[in-house]
Amino acid sequence: MRYVLNTGDDRREMLQIIGAGDIEDLFSDVPPEVRLKKPLNLPGPMSEPDLRRHMREISAENLNLDDYASFLGAGAYDHYVPQIVDQLLLRSEFYTAYTPYQPEISQGTLQAIFEYQSLICALTGMEVANASLYDGASALAEAALMACQHTGKKRVVYSGCIHPEYRLTVQTYLRYRGIELVEAPEAGGITDSQLLEGMVDSRTAAVIIQQPNFFGCLEDAPAAGELAHRSGALFIVMADPVSLGILKAPGDCGADIVVGEGQGLGNQISFGGPYLGFMACSQKLVRRMPGRLVGQTVDKEGRRCFALTLQAREQHIRRDKATSNICSNEAMCALAAAIHMTCLGKEGLRQVAGLSLQKAHYAHRLITSLKGVEPSFSAPFFKEFAVRLTEDPAAVNQRLLKDKIIGGLDLGRFYPGYSGHMLLCCTELRTGDEISRLAAGIGGMKND
Amino acid sequence: MTEPLIFELGAPGRSSSFMPECDVPVAPVEEMIPGGLLRRTPPPLPEVGEPEAARHFTRLSAYNHGVDTGFYPLGSCTMKYNPKINEFAARLPGFARLHPYQPEDQVQGALELIYRTGGYLGEITGMDHFTLQPAAGAHGEFTGLLIIKAYHDSRGDTGRRKVIVPDSSHGTNPATAALCGMEARQIKSNGRGLVDIDALRGALGEDTAAVMLTNPNTLGLFEKDITVIAGLVHRAGGLLYCDGANMNAILGITRPGDMGFDLIHLNLHKTFSTPHGGGGPGSGPLGVKSFLEPFLPTPVVAYSAEGGSYRLDCNRPLSIGRVRSFYGNFGVAVRAYTYIRAVGGEGMREISQNAVLNANYLLALLRGTYRAPFDRFCMHEFVATPPAGFKEAGLHTVDIAKRLMDYGYHPPTVYFPLIVEEALMVEPTETESRDTLDKFAEAMLKIAREGLEEPRLVKEAPHSTPVSRPDEVTAARKPVLRWQPAGGGGVV
Amino acid sequence: MVPEGLLYSEDHEWIKVGGKTGRVGITHHAQEALGSVVFVELPEVGSRVAAGEALGVLESVKAASDYYSPVSGAVVAVNEELPDSPNLINEEPYDRGWLVELELDDPAQLDKLLTAEKYIELISADGK
Repeated sequence: MRYVLNTGDDRREMLQIIGAGDIEDLFSDVPPEVRLKKPLNLPGPMSEPDLRRHMREISAENLNLDDYASFLGAGAYDHYVPQIVDQLLLRSEFYTAYTPYQPEISQGTLQAIFEYQSLICALTGMEVANASLYDGASALAEAALMACQHTGKKRVVYSGCIHPEYRLTVQTYLRYRGIELVEAPEAGGITDSQLLEGMVDSRTAAVIIQQPNFFGCLEDAPAAGELAHRSGALFIVMADPVSLGILKAPGDCGADIVVGEGQGLGNQISFGGPYLGFMACSQKLVRRMPGRLVGQTVDKEGRRCFALTLQAREQHIRRDKATSNICSNEAMCALAAAIHMTCLGKEGLRQVAGLSLQKAHYAHRLITSLKGVEPSFSAPFFKEFAVRLTEDPAAVNQRLLKDKIIGGLDLGRFYPGYSGHMLLCCTELRTGDEISRLAAGIGGMKND
Repeated sequence: MTEPLIFELGAPGRSSSFMPECDVPVAPVEEMIPGGLLRRTPPPLPEVGEPEAARHFTRLSAYNHGVDTGFYPLGSCTMKYNPKINEFAARLPGFARLHPYQPEDQVQGALELIYRTGGYLGEITGMDHFTLQPAAGAHGEFTGLLIIKAYHDSRGDTGRRKVIVPDSSHGTNPATAALCGMEARQIKSNGRGLVDIDALRGALGEDTAAVMLTNPNTLGLFEKDITVIAGLVHRAGGLLYCDGANMNAILGITRPGDMGFDLIHLNLHKTFSTPHGGGGPGSGPLGVKSFLEPFLPTPVVAYSAEGGSYRLDCNRPLSIGRVRSFYGNFGVAVRAYTYIRAVGGEGMREISQNAVLNANYLLALLRGTYRAPFDRFCMHEFVATPPAGFKEAGLHTVDIAKRLMDYGYHPPTVYFPLIVEEALMVEPTETESRDTLDKFAEAMLKIAREGLEEPRLVKEAPHSTPVSRPDEVTAARKPVLRWQPAGGGGVV
Repeated sequence: MVPEGLLYSEDHEWIKVGGKTGRVGITHHAQEALGSVVFVELPEVGSRVAAGEALGVLESVKAASDYYSPVSGAVVAVNEELPDSPNLINEEPYDRGWLVELELDDPAQLDKLLTAEKYIELISADGK
C-alpha cells in the first residue's frame, strides 16, 4: 500500500514495544463472529499510470463544457473560473488543513474566511455572514428553520418560483418539525403577488423568494419584503451572487436573511457539487445562525488575529440544543469564492453580471424572433429566460449537440404545465458566435 | 508578522478582471432591468491586482498547518495524507466541467463513477445500498435519521421519537436527532468506556426510533458486545445506526453491516483520503440494508443491464425526498473513487492494520507518563490525560496542545470525548512513519518534563507561531464578524 | 465566597428574598466552573417558571449551561446590564451579576433550599 510508510522491520519492532505478538492481537476486541472471513471483493490496486489512464477513460465518457458550449443554468452556472483560483486552492497548507480549531496555526484559513464573510456581507448588504453551508438548497432550509426559531412561529410561505430542488429540500428539512409550508403559485414567470399577499398572516415566520427566480425572472423583492414585515414575518431572499454586480443588494430590499448558491463565484460546475451555500443575516439574528463564524480579536501581544467565535451555538458544545447539526462545511469553496471576488473586485463583478445580462438578452432577442418560438414570460430577467418551442426540447437539444452545443433545460421536467418550454442561460462565457449557432439550431437550421 | 486584510491592500481603480469585451450588440441596462431593482453603486469589493492577490493568499496559506506541513494527530478526524493523484482526477474536464442537468447519455461516466463508488462502499461496510448525496457526515446522519423515521412511519409505528446516544458520542448525533424533530436520550458509558448494556436496556422501549453508535467508539475502543447490543435494539423495534467516523480502524477487518447495524454514514474526507479543505467540503455517503432502500433520498443512480447504461431514478414514492440540490459532492466522490482504486481490497486491510498499529505504538510510548484511562489495546486512536503534577502546576490539556505547536505539531483533539476530563484524543493514522511517531512522543515527554520544571513555558505557549493565544472571550463578547471601512466602527 | 443570608440550590443558584420577591443569580463556584461568561439569555419579564425549571442560558467561550429557578414564580425583572456586560456574572456574582427577580408563588418552597453552610458542604463534596 503506497501511502503506508511502515516497513516490515518497523512493524516487528513496533509490535515488540507494544507487547503484542502479532498485528492481529491488536484486534482481539473484535469478536470472531463479526470478523470478515474473506478478503474484500474490490478491484486490485492500480499503479499510478494505470490509474491515471483509467480516470481519464471514465471522464472521457462524459461530454464536458470545455468541448461543448452549454446554455444550461438552473442553479449551476458556467461562469469563468480564473486560473489563479485553482492555483491557490492547490496550496496544500489550505486544502490539507481541517477546521481551524487551533487559531495559532490556522490564521491562514481563519483570515481567509473572515475576508469571505466580509465579502459576502458587502455583496448582499447584510451585517453578518457565516463561514458556509453545504449548498444553496440546504442553506435555504436552514434559513427557514432559523426564522421559525427566531419568531416562535411555525408557518413558512415560499414562492413556487424558487428552484424546484430547493423547495423539495426545504420540504424534507421541515417535514418532522411541525412547520406548515405554504407555496405561493407562479403566474407569468414570477410569484403571484396577490395570492402571496393572501397567504401571509400574523402566524407567518417567513416569506421566501428567489431573486432572480428559477425562470430567470426578476421578482418585486422590495414589495415582498414590505409584505413580510407588515405581518411581523422575516423576509428571506435567495440570491444569485453574480447578479448582485448589478442588482440591488437584498439588504436594501429589506431582507432579514439572505442565502444562495455560491458556486458561480469561482467554483467548478463539477456535476452539481461540491458547491457553496452562503448565508448572511442582520445582526439581531446572529445567535440563531447555523454554522461556523470567524471573529476578529487580538492575541496576547495585542496583534490582530482571528478565531472561531460564538461557538456555543454549535453542535460540539450545545449538542441537541444547537442551532443546527452542521460540522464540516464547504470551506474550500468559500476560499475559492473569496479569491474570485477579490480578483474580480468592484468593477469585475459588475462586468461579469453585465456581460451575462447583455448576452442573455441578445440571445433572447435572436431566439424569440425565430418563427414559432415565443417567449414564455414577459417579466424582466437577468441571465436566464424561457421560450416555448415548436418541437420537443429533447429533439432540439439533439440537433444542437451535433453542432457541439448543449441546449437548455426542458421546463416540463419540473413544471408539467410548461412542457415544451426551454430554460436557457447565458453567462459571460458564451460568445456571439455560440449564441448565433444556438439560435440557428433552435430554428432548425443546420450550421456549417 | 501578520498579513493585512485584503480590503487594506490595493488602490482605487485596480483590478484583476479577466473579462473579454462584449461581442454581442448591447442594450441599455435600464431597458432590461427596472430601476427599482438596480444597484446604484458597485458592491464595496476590494480593488487589487492579480499579483497582489496571489501574494496575499499565498502568505495566508503559510500561516496554516496542514497534513502536508506536519503531523496532525487530530482524534476523530483521520487526518491522513491526501494523495495528489486524487486532485488530478477531480480536475479532469470530464468531471469538473459537467453540468448536473446534462442529459443522462452525456454523463454516463459520471453516473458510473457514482454507482461504482456506492458499490465499493457497500462491500467495505457490509451494506446493500449507498447514496452519495449527503454533503458531510452530519448531513449523512440527518439523511439516516429521516430514513429511520420514514421506515417506522411506513409500518404505522408512529410513536418512535427517541434516539439513544452514548454520552461519549459526537455532538452531531444529538443535534441531528433534534434537527429531525426527534429527541436525543443520552446513556452513560460503563467503567470500561463502552456502552453500559443495562443502561441501554433501561432506555430502550416502544418510543425508541434508533440507537446511534460509533464503533470503534470515540475513546478508540471497540464495542465488544456489539452483537448483543444489536439484538437488544432490534428486539425493542429500533434500528441501529453507525456513525462511521471511525471506519479507518476496521477496513477489511470487520463490517458494520455484519455487526447488526442497519445504516452507516461514512466520511470520505476521513477514511477515504479526500482533503479536509480547512473545514470542508466533505462528503457523507449513507449506506443502508436493503429493507431501507425504498426510503433513500432521490435521485438514486440505477444501472440497467439491458441497455448497459446508468440513469437517475427519481420515481421513488417512499423516498424521504431531497436533502440537497443535485447529486451530492461529486468532486469529492471522484477523489474517493480514485483512492479506492489505488489501494484495492488488500490495501484497505493494510490501512487499518497500520492505523491501529501506529496508535498502539504511540500509546505505548506515552503510557506511563501520560495517563490512559483505559488500560488495553486501542484501535486507531486513543484518549490520554495530562501527566501527574500538571494539575497542581496549574496546567491543563489546552496548555499541552499549545506547547505542541512549538515543536511543529498540530495538537490532538482536546476536551473530547466529554466523559474524560482533560482528554487528549490522539489519532496518528496509517500514513505516518515510525520516525514521526518517535519524534512526536519525544516532544510529548519533553512537555511532560517542562510542565513540572518550567510550567510558565507551557502555560504561555505557543511561542513560535505567527500569533499567540487569541483573546477568545472578547471575540465572543464583542463579536467583530466582518471588515468595515475606517469610521464604520469595525463592530457589527 | 458563599455569603450568609442567601439561600442556595443544588444547581448552584442563589436567591435573596425580600418580602414577596427574590433576586436570583449563580454562585461564585458556578461562575468559576463556567469560565468567562460571554453571553446571557434572559427570560421575558412576565413569564412564569416552576422550581427547577430553566430560566435561561449562560454561555462561555466553550460551554453553554442552563440556569434554573430555585422556586416557582413570575419573572418581574431581569438584569438589563448583563447583555452588554456579561462579565459582571464573573466579577460580582452576588451583586451586579444578578440575573432575574421573581415574585414567589409559595414561600414555603424556600425551606427546601440550602443555607450557606449546607451549600459549602455540597461544593466541598463535589471537589472530592
